[in-house]
Amino acid sequence: MPGEARKLTVEDLKRIKEEHRATFTLREGGYRAKVTVNMGTCGIAAGAREVMNALVEELSASGAKDVIVTTAGCGGLCSREPMAWVEIAGQPVVRYCDLNGQKIKRIFKEHILDGRVVEEYALAVGDETSY
Amino acid sequence: MDDISLHILDIAENSAAAGARNIAIRVFEDPEAGSLTLEIEDDGCGMDAETAARAADPFFSAKGKKFGLGIPFLEQAAQETGGGLRIDSRPGRGTKLTSSFGLSHIDMKPIGDIGQSVMALVGGHPDVRVVFEYRRGTCRFYFDTDKLNEGDIKEGGPASFPDRLLVIKAMINNGIQRRQM
Repeated sequence: MPGEARKLTVEDLKRIKEEHRATFTLREGGYRAKVTVNMGTCGIAAGAREVMNALVEELSASGAKDVIVTTAGCGGLCSREPMAWVEIAGQPVVRYCDLNGQKIKRIFKEHILDGRVVEEYALAVGDETSY
Repeated sequence: MDDISLHILDIAENSAAAGARNIAIRVFEDPEAGSLTLEIEDDGCGMDAETAARAADPFFSAKGKKFGLGIPFLEQAAQETGGGLRIDSRPGRGTKLTSSFGLSHIDMKPIGDIGQSVMALVGGHPDVRVVFEYRRGTCRFYFDTDKLNEGDIKEGGPASFPDRLLVIKAMINNGIQRRQM
């Protein structure tokens, strides 16, 4: 029949969900997840720039549009740098330490994309006030 | 710090922390004179004369800590090559930090990956305009985040923020490399 609409497939739904996910998220700015890399002098000297670089490469390759990467100053625990923390809407903050490019790539895949905290790299879960 | 590019990122992070809206990073190489000059200039909150005079003291910080190592590390790296560091700052106007290096000195650190440093700076502070200038002899490379347009980034549609960052890294490293040939 001419003009008949094509049936929606599961793949279409997945694509639409991915495209519109950001609009339904809880956090201001519309991001589902936010990763912050500590970029103080201690962090930079320990390799934080490489962590940031790996994260940007991974984020670009994944095509995820609801994840934001940013930086912050010294995290106050210079001996455990490079450090980063991951915030996912509706979940406690997870702070990771002693990072490198390989570790952050695993965190990106397992925690940010799949929602499983990489416990072996985690320093603490929760806000400063809770540990 | 392993190389000059890491110092650049570290000092430029100070500029961002000082509330700068514009950060200029300039690297001038003079192979004939055997010198390298690094300038980082911002329009952040600036420092009074007393604070600026103490900025290179590792046991001084203006950020409520008991130490501040970024500027002392850079000064040490410069002095080890026979160079030095100067800070010009005015409260409310901004800060310009200039450091000079002996390019052929045995203790001169490698330049490192400046593209990656600018990328990390822009990624962490997307609202700050970052200008990077590299000069070697008469060759000059100039990069300005305000001049970036989608055409530079990717053909066939707007690029995402991470894609833009990777392009910035590549543009800067290619720009420097070509002028070093």
